[in-house]
Amino acid sequence: MSASTSTPHLPAYAAILRHAVLLVTGALVLIPFVWMVSLSVKPPGEIFRAHFSLWPSQFYGVENYTKALTEAPLLRYMGNGLIVCTLILGLQIIVCAPCAYALAKLRFAGRDLLHGLVLIGLLLPHQVLSLPLFILCYQLGILNTYAALVFPYVVSPFGIFLFRQFFKAIPDDVVHAARLDGLSELAIIWRIMVPMALPAVIAFSIFSVVGHWNDLFWPLIAVRDQSLMPPPLGIMAFKNEEAGNDYGPLMAASTLVVLPLVIAFLAAQKWFVEGLAKGAVK
Amino acid sequence: MSGPLALSSASDERSTTRSDRTSPTPAASSARRRVLKEALAAWTLAGPAVFFLFVLFFVPMIGVFIIALTDWQFGARSLSFVGLANFREVFADHGFRTSLFNTVIYVLIVVPGTLVLGLLTALLIESGNSCRSFYRAIHFLPFMATLTAMAIAWEALLHPTIGLVNQTLAAIGLPTANWLRDDKTALSVLAVIDIWQNLGYAMVLFLAGLKSIPQDLYDAADVDGADLWLDRLCTVTLPMLGPVSMFVVIVVALRAFESFDTVKVLTQGGPGHASEMLLYTLYRESFEYLHTGYGAAVAVVFLAIVVTLTLIQARLMDRKVHYQ
Amino acid sequence: MAACSFQSITKSFGPTPVLRGVSLSIADGEFLTLLGPSGCGKSTLLRILAGLEVQDAGSVSIGERAVDGLRPKRRDVAMVFQSYALYPHMTVASNVALPLRMRRLSAFQRFPLLGRLLPGTARTAAEIDVEVTRTCKSLGIGHLLDRKPGQLSGGQRQRVAVGRAMVRHPAVFLMDEPLSNLDAKLRVQMRAEIKELHQRLGVTFIYVTHDQAEAMTLSDRVAVMLEGELLQVAPPQVIYADPDDRRVAEFIGSPKINMFDGVVREHGLIDVAGSTLAIEVDALAGAPLTLGIRPEAFHLADHGGPGALTGSVRMVEHIGSDLFVHLDLAGVDHPLVARLLAERAPHIAPGQDLHLRVFPDRVLLFTRDGRRLRRRVESGRASVTPIRELAR
Repeated sequence: MSASTSTPHLPAYAAILRHAVLLVTGALVLIPFVWMVSLSVKPPGEIFRAHFSLWPSQFYGVENYTKALTEAPLLRYMGNGLIVCTLILGLQIIVCAPCAYALAKLRFAGRDLLHGLVLIGLLLPHQVLSLPLFILCYQLGILNTYAALVFPYVVSPFGIFLFRQFFKAIPDDVVHAARLDGLSELAIIWRIMVPMALPAVIAFSIFSVVGHWNDLFWPLIAVRDQSLMPPPLGIMAFKNEEAGNDYGPLMAASTLVVLPLVIAFLAAQKWFVEGLAKGAVK
Repeated sequence: MSGPLALSSASDERSTTRSDRTSPTPAASSARRRVLKEALAAWTLAGPAVFFLFVLFFVPMIGVFIIALTDWQFGARSLSFVGLANFREVFADHGFRTSLFNTVIYVLIVVPGTLVLGLLTALLIESGNSCRSFYRAIHFLPFMATLTAMAIAWEALLHPTIGLVNQTLAAIGLPTANWLRDDKTALSVLAVIDIWQNLGYAMVLFLAGLKSIPQDLYDAADVDGADLWLDRLCTVTLPMLGPVSMFVVIVVALRAFESFDTVKVLTQGGPGHASEMLLYTLYRESFEYLHTGYGAAVAVVFLAIVVTLTLIQARLMDRKVHYQ
Repeated sequence: MAACSFQSITKSFGPTPVLRGVSLSIADGEFLTLLGPSGCGKSTLLRILAGLEVQDAGSVSIGERAVDGLRPKRRDVAMVFQSYALYPHMTVASNVALPLRMRRLSAFQRFPLLGRLLPGTARTAAEIDVEVTRTCKSLGIGHLLDRKPGQLSGGQRQRVAVGRAMVRHPAVFLMDEPLSNLDAKLRVQMRAEIKELHQRLGVTFIYVTHDQAEAMTLSDRVAVMLEGELLQVAPPQVIYADPDDRRVAEFIGSPKINMFDGVVREHGLIDVAGSTLAIEVDALAGAPLTLGIRPEAFHLADHGGPGALTGSVRMVEHIGSDLFVHLDLAGVDHPLVARLLAERAPHIAPGQDLHLRVFPDRVLLFTRDGRRLRRRVESGRASVTPIRELAR
């Protein structure tokens, strides 16, 4: 009976105004991207000319991008980013999902205490802990390795929190039925709960990957070798080496670093928005 | 109706008898054993997470406090308790006070800016039907993009001679500036970049808030006579967004407090201390100057601010639940 | 106070037609219920009257005035929503006061904060307060004025919603499933209160529900809707006992009316379900039709044979004073349901054979396509199909 959700019908002038304002703000928001791409295809001469055009009169993209890929180990950086993000995400899910299941579906002494600990962990900004974590990595002898980039993140209080919320929403009867069917607790987690909470897993994955791909703070502390640097740290090193003067290749490198997430975002916009909005509680 | 009930109680009986058979104990003790078994399973499953929570969160947190309260330095074999000496040093330091002040100013610029622009964009997008996801995607894009790389793009944009900003200003006859090297503008410019990055995030949170306003309320407002744009906004939209707005304020404030990438890439806190902010101070003192006690004290101050903000957020989330 | 009318209203949402030419007149002061299953278009019709939805074609008038194109607030209607749609951030008093504020204060006077400083605002606001208090007291929520909706029980919220609607004395009261969010007991109580309210106010009420009990108990007339069409508009007892259409007969009444296909054998006799019933029917032999028999139109018979329906008992449901007997008849794929007085019926057990007779004048006859066939032309009814036409 209430088949209607009256959708806003703007008068024509208001609709036009809406588009006009949004197009202007959208264009303003996009300027840094446009400028970056524009510089990345210009030859040095045109970049330093005192008038601007979006498209170069002499297309210099090939040279700039080649230079970005050869003078800095850009692909290596991105590979590092991929390795680190994948390892972190995989470990986080492996560590967090069982804990979240215990918190959501099992009764045991100390459950509230454990949940409290998770909430406290959720509240602690990771940067505050960087000094002891640095010392810890030093003691373990893993500084300047992939392990140092991954280790501090193997548990995510936010992951536990989010998974617990989703697991709690799954009826207890599902767990009971699975036990009657002879599944072990681990099998219940990996074959029942996680697949049923797939939206949470996807949201968390996006949150985690975006966060760690873009992170500069910890890699700056944890690694020195160029061959280990994830993209943000790598591109910063590239900028410092070039002293920021060779804009074309620098912009090309920036474009390449930004590109993977932007493409993923445009392909799965809804999931990204949802996943990152959920991360607001973090 | 009684099918599943009967089944589950039968299975309970079966499992009790089975455990009875293996060890003939009274029912009460078998029930206790089942509780123990469940607790054991739970702690086993939670074990790795608990272990890492301690190793990566709670022990380091205690560590920060210990370092802040002692004279320990990197590589030192011994340490002695120095009370609040590190904190006294920190608060006596002009550099830190500037950094704290800058951070507060920065947050005070970023939060209202992000909030207002995010809200306006969300209201505009939601007010019509066409191109919604297109506009949402555009405005959200900066939030996704690697800030380190985008900071480099901003630097090019703000370049004193070849940057688009100054070229445009010069073209229309306005004064130009060396934005990142001028102590009057550096901090504000970083704040603008922060607003640019986070307004899409605020927008998305507001859009979710707008979606959750029941259509019935707008209908009721129509029938009650509140059908002008401003009346609808004041009667329904803004009050219903109240809890979301408070939430956005805290989330954006937290993100602004934790700003680091742009400072590191663009200004290194300069010129002078003009754009130095807490997290950058924390980083530089701890890892560049190896000024361990000082760094830890800054970390404690930083933690105190963030925890306060988060607790306010938690309180507001509670209130939001009671709102309806 | 005002009469309302709809003239050939049509409305589609996208490709889905929701209303297919609905015409309906509602008298001044009448309590009319729009009754139908979910998705039949009854809420849409109500929302079109309120101005919340715009019809594709047709016109609506309230009083003598066509209101098409008027904004909701200019139509002099008030509405109680299914969800009550109370403003959660406002107190009860502010909720009830809102319609008055919007009407009596100018846009400048309503302006946040500054409006209070304008001349006249305070005096009008005080008058509004008095009326709000009076209205709330009359509804028994006078002590709740400073509460927020979130602190109220379901019944109290409902009263606030009613208060917000009645405070400005609208010409027409619209209610969209106002009781469906309440528990069963409260629903019965609020039903009585709404009826009382209607008698007290004496204005036109239009009430939307899918609950036939509400429709039957509250209304002067019931309008039964199905798939965007108005099937019948009549007083409740007529809707039940004398439906115009097979779908109306099937929608109203619980348990559902029994429907059997039958064929006219000769004048006064109809073959149905392996038996022959003596029913006055003015039709040629061989005419196919459908018999609708309400469960309470049956009574027990001692033996089978002509005039009785015989079947084996599938199930017996006791409901206290009565019992529902489900009977499998030979050659009929669905069971017959009969409502028998518990004291008159001896012990009936599943599996046994049972004979039932029907009161012939309570059998409703329908054509196979669902139109009602009446045996004699009743005064003032022109919609009767002459039964002879059928056999042709």
